[in-house]
Amino acid sequence: MKEISFVLNNEERSVSVEANEVLLDVLREKLGVKSPKCGCERGDCGACTVLLDGKAVRSCLVLAIEVENHRITTVEGISAEKLSALQEAFIQFNAFQCGYCAPGIILAVTELLLQHPHPSLEQIKESMAGNLCRCTGYSPIFDAIMALTKVEQHADAAENVTSQDQHPALPNVEGK
Amino acid sequence: MKEYTYIGKDVVRIDGLEKISGAAIYGDDIDFGANLLHAELVSSTEAHAIIKSIDISEALKVKGVYKIFTGKDFPYKFGLYMKDRFIFAQDKVRFVGEQIAAVVARNPGAAKRAAALIKVEYEPLPAVLDQMQALADGATLLHPDLENYPHVPWFFPKPGTNIAHWRKTRKGDMKGGFNEADFILEDTYTVPRYAHCAIETHVAIGKFDYSGRLTVWSSSQSPHTQRHLFAEALGLGHKDVRVIAPHVGGGFGGKAGVTMEIIPAALATKLKGYAVKLRYSREQEFINTYQRLGVVAKLKMGVTKEGRITALDHKIYWDAGAYVEYGANVVNAVGLSAIGPYRIDNISIDSVCVYTNLPPGGAYRGFGYSEMLFGLESHVTRVANELGIDQIEFRRKNAIKVGDTTAYGAKMNPNGLLECIDKVVKAIDWGNKPAPTNPNTVIGNGFSLFWKAPAMPPNASSSAFLKFNEDASINLIISGMDIGQGYQTVMAQIAAEILSVPPSKIRVETPDTDRNPYEWQTVASHITWSSGNAVKKAAIDAREQILSLVQRVFNLPLEELYLEDEAVKCTQDPSFNLPLKSFVVDGIMTKDGTFKGGPINARGMFMPEFSSANGDPETSQGGHPNVHYTVGAAALTLEIDKDTGKMRVLKTALAIDAGKALNPDLVRGQITGGMLQGLATVLYEDMRYDSKGKLLNPNFTDYKIPTAMDVPDEIIPIIVEVPQPDGPFGARGIGEHTMLPAAPMVANAVEDALGLRIKSMPITAEKVAMAYLASKKQ
Ligand code: FES
Ligand code: FES
Repeated sequence: MKEISFVLNNEERSVSVEANEVLLDVLREKLGVKSPKCGCERGDCGACTVLLDGKAVRSCLVLAIEVENHRITTVEGISAEKLSALQEAFIQFNAFQCGYCAPGIILAVTELLLQHPHPSLEQIKESMAGNLCRCTGYSPIFDAIMALTKVEQHADAAENVTSQDQHPALPNVEGK
Repeated sequence: MKEYTYIGKDVVRIDGLEKISGAAIYGDDIDFGANLLHAELVSSTEAHAIIKSIDISEALKVKGVYKIFTGKDFPYKFGLYMKDRFIFAQDKVRFVGEQIAAVVARNPGAAKRAAALIKVEYEPLPAVLDQMQALADGATLLHPDLENYPHVPWFFPKPGTNIAHWRKTRKGDMKGGFNEADFILEDTYTVPRYAHCAIETHVAIGKFDYSGRLTVWSSSQSPHTQRHLFAEALGLGHKDVRVIAPHVGGGFGGKAGVTMEIIPAALATKLKGYAVKLRYSREQEFINTYQRLGVVAKLKMGVTKEGRITALDHKIYWDAGAYVEYGANVVNAVGLSAIGPYRIDNISIDSVCVYTNLPPGGAYRGFGYSEMLFGLESHVTRVANELGIDQIEFRRKNAIKVGDTTAYGAKMNPNGLLECIDKVVKAIDWGNKPAPTNPNTVIGNGFSLFWKAPAMPPNASSSAFLKFNEDASINLIISGMDIGQGYQTVMAQIAAEILSVPPSKIRVETPDTDRNPYEWQTVASHITWSSGNAVKKAAIDAREQILSLVQRVFNLPLEELYLEDEAVKCTQDPSFNLPLKSFVVDGIMTKDGTFKGGPINARGMFMPEFSSANGDPETSQGGHPNVHYTVGAAALTLEIDKDTGKMRVLKTALAIDAGKALNPDLVRGQITGGMLQGLATVLYEDMRYDSKGKLLNPNFTDYKIPTAMDVPDEIIPIIVEVPQPDGPFGARGIGEHTMLPAAPMVANAVEDALGLRIKSMPITAEKVAMAYLASKKQ
């Protein structure tokens, strides 16, 4: 067991973790943050996506000890005050059905929008290619993002992620 | 046409905020505190074997292990339509992955480690891994005591064989029909098994408290059916079994009925005071839940040279797996409907449910119709082409119309099949093709019709409670599941329309069988229709209570009162305006200071009282097993690389007759989602078993489901509305149907492009490339 500290949704948290515990389990079972979902535990589905210093990662592949002193953001973190424009667009466009994939996809696209406020359809597809959705057929999600990002006042669609969440050069966090 | 306020409008989903903010609670998100126990299963490594011994001694030594259970602890059978399953394997295992034992431990890690230490000794038996092999003389029997299995009266098992059910449908004169034909085409089509792949795996938590009451939290499409089966199998009273169904992360039929949920339910009864959780890994999800059944279909169709179908002989042999308690009803449903949406006078259908040593087949979006339509709609295209008649014309000519008789003799419901055909033809620009994008590719167009009826017991019912709150907001208490289709929103729209309260003021919660009224299951695309009727009746009940109270207090004629903008109004007195919130809980104060009325609580119920399952066992004539059919048409334009076989869907259009689209955007959402799911089954999904019955690709790396990169370039959803007379506002279900035409229209497009007919699914790039290569060599 090792005690680690990191910033979780803008709050400093400390937690004891085993060396082999993955971030997904620590977030869900030890820190009570339930929006990252488990769908495969091997990096295939993206349901467990979180932002690590503003970069979308699969929390089932990240060892919890690796996030010491980093910033982790989940959908809870971007929903606290008000929903982000991206989340609003998801609701307006019915860009979800069962909703299980939604937290992961929202974070993956949030990362995209931080870097490309006006992405092309290809960029949108690529940004979420690692996030499986069995329900929607994806096109309503594309529609929501396209509609949002072509509107000028929503250029900062990822507004609820603070600039501190971005951290360009990251150590190798994916993979065990 | 009547103008509605909320019906037929793209009302924003009422569960959006919850699901998009991360607030929505799914099964695995519920906290049970420090006393929660975790179960892990020991699964069979053999496809067919006698269990000689189970040695748990090493496993018991693992720190954190609490108890270990095996089949002898639970000697009960269960099943939805036929009791042929066990909670844990008894003396025998019948498929690789079947549960043999469970370790219950303080943490998931200990449970997993201990489960791996349990030694099972088997005496292997010959395994039958294919339905045709299982039907052969002398094949090993999976269930030698089949004759003793209780089942619904509309199943016809053949003891002494591997046939669990045989649905026969006979109409007209087959000999005469084929004699009359100028042309007969006969061929065989095969469809393998498929996996649902909801992103949330199955999870269930059972708790048997010290008072002897069982509560099960489960990711389920069927909370009331689960309660019933748990009570029956475990010998408990229904009032002492409670099923709570939180949000479900995708169902597609895979979470209908009861599969793994019975395990934590049963374990709990022997772990008094504890909650025990079983959460499937992705691998377990692949190998030990329901799978879509495999099919070998033998088709023989006779036609006149003018293009009239004179006879259809359709024999369908289903690989239904080791237990068919649910899957046999898939076989039954298709056995009644394997004529497709066509008017045919002479019909013979044999739909045969065959036990095999593979995982249990069960409900999967489409309930067997996708498998049946692959053969039928491939065949129809070929027959038309052979006759030299345009395939669209051929379909139009034979399309079933309102009042025509179905295969089992009941009348076809009103439908917009021809309108669907016309609209798809126009949308896809049938007859024209875009130019290939490079010299190595060719373009093909494919077309398919589809139909499907809900498969349900004749007395499947829905019910609804509705209660007003002080601010005239409403709690609508129903037990269907929003598995993503938007059920909660659409039910709120129905109540909103009747009561003039906006859907955003209506809360619909996921069900709890102690508090919510009965609902059969959220399956069969029947929920909009059936539960919608119940909700409508509940709303009308509330309206009647409201208006009769106002009539009584204000002495106004009932027929002059109506609801608008959350108030009671009067046609003859424009100044009369009584806001609902002023009285729906508190009542109305009269001159003498007394109050009249009180909280408005309403109820509604719906059961299709015209439905029956008592058709003749030899012909299926006489009953009314299906309440109605939903029909439609679809087409696509496919670009194929001749060398690699790689296919790209350039454009696809699907028209469906929704009766009345209560929320058009949600209908379009079903079309885009169902279309992609259907295309994946034909283009690349493929369950691969080895010669020992072991699934080789139980994960998303090796069993590919579509990603964002695989979406067709253009999808055109088309809604047709020919009202269903007994549907709420004319609506009928559309959820499953949107994936039905995908496979045959791809097969038809491949033939159109390359002149090659592929008769087995999936139609992968590899298969197309190989077939093309072979055709060039000839
Ligand atoms: S749980 Fe599937 S990628 Fe992490
Ligand atoms: S909405 Fe169900 S998986 Fe995406």
